Amino acid sequence: MNFAAILPEIILTIGALVLMMVAAFMGRRASALCSWSAVALLLGAAMALLGEPQRAGALFGGLIAADGFGAFGKLLIYLCAAVAVVIAHNWFERDFEHAAEYPVLILLAVVGMSVMVSATNLMSLYVGLELNSLAAYVLASYRRTDERSAEAGLKYFVLGALASGILLYGISLLYGFTGTTQFDGVAAAFLRDGTGSIGLLFGLVFTLAGLAFKISAVPFHMWTPDVYEGAPTPVTAFFASAPKVAAMLLGVRVCLDALGPAIDAWRQIMTFAALASIFLGAVAAYGQTNIKRLLAYSSINNVGFALIGLVAGGVAGASSVLFYMAVYVVMTLGAFLCVLRMKNENGEPLEGIDSLSGLSQSRPGLAAALAVFMFSLAGIPPLFGFWPKLMVFNAAVAEGLYPLAVAGILGTVIGAFYYLKIIKVMYFDAPGAPYARGGSGLEGALIALAALVVSPLGYLLIGPLGQLTANAAGSLF
Amino acid sequence: MIAIFAFYLFATLTIASSVMVIFARNPVHSVLWLILAFFNAAGLMLLLGAEFIAMLLVIVYVGAVAVLFLFIVMMLDIDFAALRSGFTKNLPFGLIVALVLLAEIVVAVSAWKAGPVTGGAQPAATTQPNIEAVGELLYTRFLFPFEIAGLILLVAMIGAIVLTHRSRGDVRGQKVSRQVDRRPDEAIKNLNPAVGEGMKL
Repeated sequence: MNFAAILPEIILTIGALVLMMVAAFMGRRASALCSWSAVALLLGAAMALLGEPQRAGALFGGLIAADGFGAFGKLLIYLCAAVAVVIAHNWFERDFEHAAEYPVLILLAVVGMSVMVSATNLMSLYVGLELNSLAAYVLASYRRTDERSAEAGLKYFVLGALASGILLYGISLLYGFTGTTQFDGVAAAFLRDGTGSIGLLFGLVFTLAGLAFKISAVPFHMWTPDVYEGAPTPVTAFFASAPKVAAMLLGVRVCLDALGPAIDAWRQIMTFAALASIFLGAVAAYGQTNIKRLLAYSSINNVGFALIGLVAGGVAGASSVLFYMAVYVVMTLGAFLCVLRMKNENGEPLEGIDSLSGLSQSRPGLAAALAVFMFSLAGIPPLFGFWPKLMVFNAAVAEGLYPLAVAGILGTVIGAFYYLKIIKVMYFDAPGAPYARGGSGLEGALIALAALVVSPLGYLLIGPLGQLTANAAGSLF
Repeated sequence: MIAIFAFYLFATLTIASSVMVIFARNPVHSVLWLILAFFNAAGLMLLLGAEFIAMLLVIVYVGAVAVLFLFIVMMLDIDFAALRSGFTKNLPFGLIVALVLLAEIVVAVSAWKAGPVTGGAQPAATTQPNIEAVGELLYTRFLFPFEIAGLILLVAMIGAIVLTHRSRGDVRGQKVSRQVDRRPDEAIKNLNPAVGEGMKL
């Protein structure tokens, strides 16, 4: 058995177990120790991705695969999780009893996500997804004294359990009608029987419905705004980044690998999900007054764009999805880092969009950074957020899917409205009560770094990042 | 011969204890009858050569589910007399459910007479007992998901503790070292109170 190929997962698992014992015996004093160790473990696991985990191929009899695609996803996930641990450290430390267990749960969720992005079997897919989801339910209700947080956790749990049930039903149908849970075996069965078999078709639909829930694509998005609003802000930042990447990459692998020969069947479903997500994410965000809810709709909207790349299929489509997710997590984490700075004089977090009014006068730096992220999320040209959108549309056009690309561009225009509304509130409205100063220098540095990446300077990354995503996508085929 | 005897023993006891589950007046007795029914069903599984399912039935249903039932029945203050008073009201619905079940049994029996339904995917007949077969697959081919499943249970435990545990200020834990270090002269006081005066502590 080639254990070097799963070295990142081994590092994270053993690290999580050790930190769990430290947290159990030292209590809340261990908070700082656990957080920084978790960050070190995540960075160590990211280093361990070099070498075997990128090229070892099928492991454990084909249950998972160590390839470039999985390694790219894991790199994104580990970096997002490290940011989520860093920002939570400052957020929880003041009053929190179980702050030391937070990094442990993040690490275990990350193990689950690692399994998700490298799964090549329906069973490892499911256990990875469930490990991630279960940790996420706990994280959503982490501030248990806060009613909204508890509500978010419960809602997420009930709807997530429902989605898991739907997914399992789909998996059982696929298994029943193909006789295997291996992705390549399922693909071979689709190639042999086509989508004429009603059982296979039902299995495909249910499996994709379960996965659509996890990436919060319309029509399975209803949990997203409530959970994002209720969960503590660092947890929301985590939800909007790492699990999204994991579920999206899992969806790409399932669609292109396991359901590859049935592309005509899932293309319709994914086209609908993509367009519905883009338009609903854009339209429903209009009336929002809470910045976290707004960012939730923004994430739904962005998932729609990434799905356009998936609909296009092929190496170009898959690599555009990877590129999109890489830029998306930087923009989203940057936006959430700015939201974390929204605190009143007593240090209580604020979430209302109206509290941003006139931010350009009281905090010009913060306002500029948030403006950069908003422009970038809207996909307005000189900023880097424009490039991944161009890539997914290019991939769609190359496949001859002109109506889809046109509809997507239309959605971008509609969605730009609410991103620009925030910039208008910050730059043209009368200043309100200023935010409290202070906040960790590391967070400030992270905001600056994220802003730098999505600024026009980010175009320098197109070469190396494009190379990386193309290699990763190439390993799927 | 002994197998037939065992079958009728287990089958009769299963049916009898199932009937008692419904008719027992005390809900705790109902759960205990249910446990007996599970044990007998496990015996039936053994006769079929499905040792693994028999063990699962005992471990999961008796060990976990039935104990949970018992726990809930005792924890919740349910007025069972009030529940039973709706018997005549719910009778038509109960009869419909019974009819549906009966129809299903009739269909199943007639389908069984028509021949087996398996679509060619017969399990390979081996001499290996099925517990061994399951164990071997679990620890070799499917080791990876098995370990991840262990992590899922760990997350569930951590989550339950994190969401419900609060450290309280008024808890006085046991300090073993102080107990061991204690000397008789600190712990015992010899007094000789005068008659009628009582003790001063």
